[in-house]
Amino acid sequence: MAAAVTGLGIAAPTGLGIEDCWSAMLDGRSAIRTVSRFEAERYPVRLAGQVPDFVPSEHVPKRLLPQTDRETRLALMAAEWALEDAGVDTGQRDEYDMGVITASTSGGFEFGQGELQKLWSKGPGYVSAYQSFAWFYAVNTGQISIRNGMRGPSGVLVSEQAGGLDAVAQARGQLRRGTGLLVTGGLDASICPWGWVAQMARGDMSRERHPERAYLPFDRAASGYVPGEGGAVLVLEESEAVRERGQHSYGTIAGYGATFDPAPGSGRQPGLRRAIEVALADAGMEPEEVGVVFADGAGLPEADMAEALAISAVFGARTDPVPVTVPKTMTGRLYSGGSALDLAIALLCLDRGVIPPTANVTDPVPGLRLDLVLGEPRPAEPASALVLARGHGGFNSAMVLRASDTAPH
Amino acid sequence: MFDPSPYRSQIAAECDFDPYREGLTRREVGRMDRVAQFAAVSADQCLADSGLDARTLPRERTGTSVGTAVGCTMSLDHEYAVVSDEGREWTVDPAYGVPHLFDYMVPSSIVREVAWRSGAEGPAAVISTGCTSGLDAVGHGAAAIREGAADVMLAGAADAPISPITVACFDAIKATTPDNDEPESASRPFDLRRSGFVLGEGGAMFVLEELGHARRRGARIYAEVAGFATRSNAYHMTGLRPDGREMAEAVRTALDQARLNTDQIDYINAHGSGTKQNDRHETAAVKRVFGDRAYTTPMSSLKSMVGHSLGAIGSIEIAASVLAIRNDTVPPTANLREADPECDLDYVPLTAREQRTDTVLSVGSGFGGFQSALVLNGKGGEG
Repeated sequence: MAAAVTGLGIAAPTGLGIEDCWSAMLDGRSAIRTVSRFEAERYPVRLAGQVPDFVPSEHVPKRLLPQTDRETRLALMAAEWALEDAGVDTGQRDEYDMGVITASTSGGFEFGQGELQKLWSKGPGYVSAYQSFAWFYAVNTGQISIRNGMRGPSGVLVSEQAGGLDAVAQARGQLRRGTGLLVTGGLDASICPWGWVAQMARGDMSRERHPERAYLPFDRAASGYVPGEGGAVLVLEESEAVRERGQHSYGTIAGYGATFDPAPGSGRQPGLRRAIEVALADAGMEPEEVGVVFADGAGLPEADMAEALAISAVFGARTDPVPVTVPKTMTGRLYSGGSALDLAIALLCLDRGVIPPTANVTDPVPGLRLDLVLGEPRPAEPASALVLARGHGGFNSAMVLRASDTAPH
Repeated sequence: MFDPSPYRSQIAAECDFDPYREGLTRREVGRMDRVAQFAAVSADQCLADSGLDARTLPRERTGTSVGTAVGCTMSLDHEYAVVSDEGREWTVDPAYGVPHLFDYMVPSSIVREVAWRSGAEGPAAVISTGCTSGLDAVGHGAAAIREGAADVMLAGAADAPISPITVACFDAIKATTPDNDEPESASRPFDLRRSGFVLGEGGAMFVLEELGHARRRGARIYAEVAGFATRSNAYHMTGLRPDGREMAEAVRTALDQARLNTDQIDYINAHGSGTKQNDRHETAAVKRVFGDRAYTTPMSSLKSMVGHSLGAIGSIEIAASVLAIRNDTVPPTANLREADPECDLDYVPLTAREQRTDTVLSVGSGFGGFQSALVLNGKGGEG
């Protein structure tokens, strides 16, 4: 059996829905702009990838608006779209045969800011009853399961940017144990002053003012990362059942590996290379079979170099170099939504036969030994893709995707 | 930990915890929220108890799985008051942001502490499924071993939710008890006079090991994680239907995995939070699966004594269940003097009971609609 992806729901800075987001990415249109949601002039860091034109009342029932943060509204919309894309009628399925497993990085942080402000400025009696669940990390999984009547296995993973891959891997595990359909992925949104100051505390956000110069992974001018909001929801189903009902599949989850970096000063090697090797072994694939790598792309010289070394350690012996791309240069880093979006884009790349480019990077660091897809999309017919994600603190996750027509029967 | 006088519920079950006495350095305490300190100290203890150490631990084959419901909420609450000048500024001041603020925002920082101090370099995860996190993190750890991703998993959970924002939001939904005068008897699961739960805190971590790996090194084995399942009620973020259907489904699946039937379960460790809807929901769930056996299988609530530590409690309850197996004694439901007529099972009121205990079912229920069940088998281990 294989875990086939039959539905995608995308809420990204580069666009709402598959087609808007995909065409923006093929055009290399970056969505990184000055923050509009609050007075960014106050802060030394002002750029972000914000989801445009999202009108919550058009996508979320009125009743749910007072009790949901932006991340949950985006997640409910993306889940609905993903199920629609998968041609799934949830009413026709066994409710215990459908589960929800999502990743979250910050929960409903903006909702939380509102309630913390009430607590501290007015007093505890002013805190909303909805605070008991609207901000916590499990909120998207809970709300998606309720909205869609899904009573099967549930899960919530927090591993910062790696979370999207980790959630999909857990979903694949449940599929293997017999649940027929999993709604999975990740969505994050914390572009509010409180979230902004918390993110700034990391010290590695770019202070560059020009949007096209701010987030440049693998470039000599790399100066940090730009944060964003949004992500993607995926529908996973067992490939045989998908074929039986004649449903289109974007590809399958073929392999997964996760490691954690050793403590600083231990003298031991970071774990990304091993995560890639574990994922390839899990997929039963050789490095030669990988058609494209979606890199993590930290945007910091040292971390970029470490990633380049891991990629070339695995793929360096190939006669033809593996293409490497970082489409998140157009969205910023979306935390757990970012790796989920990378999966969605990689699946579209396999399905449609073209690799979206890395935007804005024009001057790669010499000696990286990476075949970066820069400026223009590259026509290709990759049979498989490798998606990498590193989560703050030391998480390394790697996921191998296989194009649907090459999935083993 | 703060002045509770403006709150409806003013009591809590706090840990007598001194991080320095437990061996943490100034620097570690400086960067870790209390929840991470609980996780770190519990991880040290479970490793020491297992006989493994940094030298013998198979680093690359050792993973970590830590559950937490509300992460670093104490630090978030406190630091928000600082950067916002106690809520006066919406565009909060970054000059007052502490360096570890991002780690407080994103609780994956908690598992980083566990991985760093143990040397584990395998898969790491924070599991945050609200109040079932403590069961789910252990279930996730066991699955990682079954799937071959690791030979050893440090798995468990921690939470430190006793902060103004958490107390205020539970006040708002009247989930916590207003019986502030008699703290020791305020948590009364299954009792007719129960009045809500008492907030708690803490942590528990376990060394999970592939059975062959544990046997080869001659490890002492407490029990086997024999079955685990989770289901959603798809009903309400905080509400439970009285029929207990989804929890029953999770229990059935976990028992199937464990290849045990209901008359082979010696003890049920209840969620038993002490809210009316929970106690009835879970009683109904157990009856659905166990039938007549429900009335003769002892089932008790630890929360009657340690309160409800949200994401941590599931792991603390697993620890108590493991000890029940070890000592052939099941813990009681304290403060249960007059049972709710709707709750008519054997809740082991007031005093512990010595009885042969080889197998335990532990159940949990949480906001978001999550229902989890985990089965421990003490016979599976040393045999």
